[in-house]
Amino acid sequence: MNFTASKQPENCLLGPESDSQRTLSPYVTGTSVVALKYKDGILMAADMGGSYGSTLRYKSVERMKPIGKHSLLGASGEISDFQEILKYLDELILYDNMWDDGNSLGPKEVHNYLTRVMYNRRNKFNPLWNSLVLGGVKKGEKYLGTVSMIGVNFEDNHVATGFGNHLARPILRQEWHENLSFEDGVKLLEKCMRVLLYRDRSAINKLQIAKITEEGMTISQPYSLKTYWEFSAFENPTQGAVGSW
Amino acid sequence: MFRNQYDTDVTTWSPAGRLFQVEYAMEAVKQGSAAIGLRSKTHVVLGCVNKANSELSSHQKKIFKVDDHIGVAIAGLTADGRVLSRYMRNECINYSFTYESPLPVGRLVVQLADKAQVCTQRSWKRPYGVGLLVAGLDESGAHLYYNCPSGNYFEYQAFAIGSRSQAAKTYLERRFESFRDTTRDDLVKDALMAIRETLQGETLKSSVCTVAVVGVGEPFHVLDQGTVQQMIDAFEIVAEQEGPAAEPDVDSGQEASAEPEPEQGAAAGEGVAPMDI
Repeated sequence: MNFTASKQPENCLLGPESDSQRTLSPYVTGTSVVALKYKDGILMAADMGGSYGSTLRYKSVERMKPIGKHSLLGASGEISDFQEILKYLDELILYDNMWDDGNSLGPKEVHNYLTRVMYNRRNKFNPLWNSLVLGGVKKGEKYLGTVSMIGVNFEDNHVATGFGNHLARPILRQEWHENLSFEDGVKLLEKCMRVLLYRDRSAINKLQIAKITEEGMTISQPYSLKTYWEFSAFENPTQGAVGSW
Repeated sequence: MFRNQYDTDVTTWSPAGRLFQVEYAMEAVKQGSAAIGLRSKTHVVLGCVNKANSELSSHQKKIFKVDDHIGVAIAGLTADGRVLSRYMRNECINYSFTYESPLPVGRLVVQLADKAQVCTQRSWKRPYGVGLLVAGLDESGAHLYYNCPSGNYFEYQAFAIGSRSQAAKTYLERRFESFRDTTRDDLVKDALMAIRETLQGETLKSSVCTVAVVGVGEPFHVLDQGTVQQMIDAFEIVAEQEGPAAEPDVDSGQEASAEPEPEQGAAAGEGVAPMDI
């Protein structure tokens, strides 16, 4: 018995309230994804953390997955929505393969499909709470793009989600150049991920780096970055702080 | 084709395993004015004969642009053809919107064929009375398909449909092996010659035919009358010198053989099931 039945005003555009499927807030979330174009394709890095609010609850979450033959998808945000997106894409790639006609969906097509999905969900006030990074190579053409939960999409030579936009992109703007070698690309990504590890509270020190080239996709085993905590600023952190705490 | 007791409904089989209504629809295609198509590795050319009801009227539009990379030439009930063109344009535009990428012509053709098949299996519908020559590009290059009212589709190096198409087909059969690697301009010339075969004696002028091209780096477009007339003039002059119905080839200097009098083969046997065309 609902004694305080909330009635929507007559001009409300929100739809039936019994529609309890709307995403109002994320629960288990992944943090930044960083990616860049290099000589042979795309390199993408993401840590393996799934946070539950401020708790770093899950530590083996794979936030990067291959899509079809030519693409790689990385996601930050709600992990269950990422899994839902993977289901949509699985079906998309399946039907594409079933044509069996020598045509295949490349990274550009997958990126635009995802943009449509994200934007349409946003319009229904039921977003997929993710920021996605889509990279790939097809017929020698490298492609790297991103889509947000409100459907903002663009391509660039390097992209990042979440905190990565604030901490990693400036580094990439300074140090990225065309035709990075694989080693240089990895070093650059690790530099970005290290900064995120120091400064992002939802980051964990267990990451994977994925590479996609014309030949295919490989994803590294999880590993950790070396960190240095002996900076004098970290000793006696409260020394200069005024106040009772 | 004679009337019989199994030809009233599209959903009635004859004892010989034929659907007569579908076959009658294919007859409608044969009665329409000719359309031809031919392709090389990188280009496809469509051509059609312009039939006007009377000298006072304009001719019917038989070639439609479906997308930058796909075009279609029709023969038969042009009204049905327009409806199907609209469907094709819709499919292309929806795909482009979702994927920012052109719809591969091979997939469009299958969708079109499945749409035609539906009309052969519903008692309240009738088959589309139009044959479509679909020219388009795909990841694997240039393609030419023929979609018939039966719901079948075939891929061709070159083909002709409509009335007096057999003459064009004979010409194309003789020359098709050279099409794969030929230049775009030679392909257009071959198309014009094939159209001329269907005219059987009537002079080939740009007002009597329409030609369209699509190719790698060249979006689908209908050639304007001036260009077409120029190309006709180029090879007609040589034709006059070598005698009527010869194979002129001044510009590229290809095959030297000049075979006069292309065979005017009789139309395929009427009693044969049309899937054998």
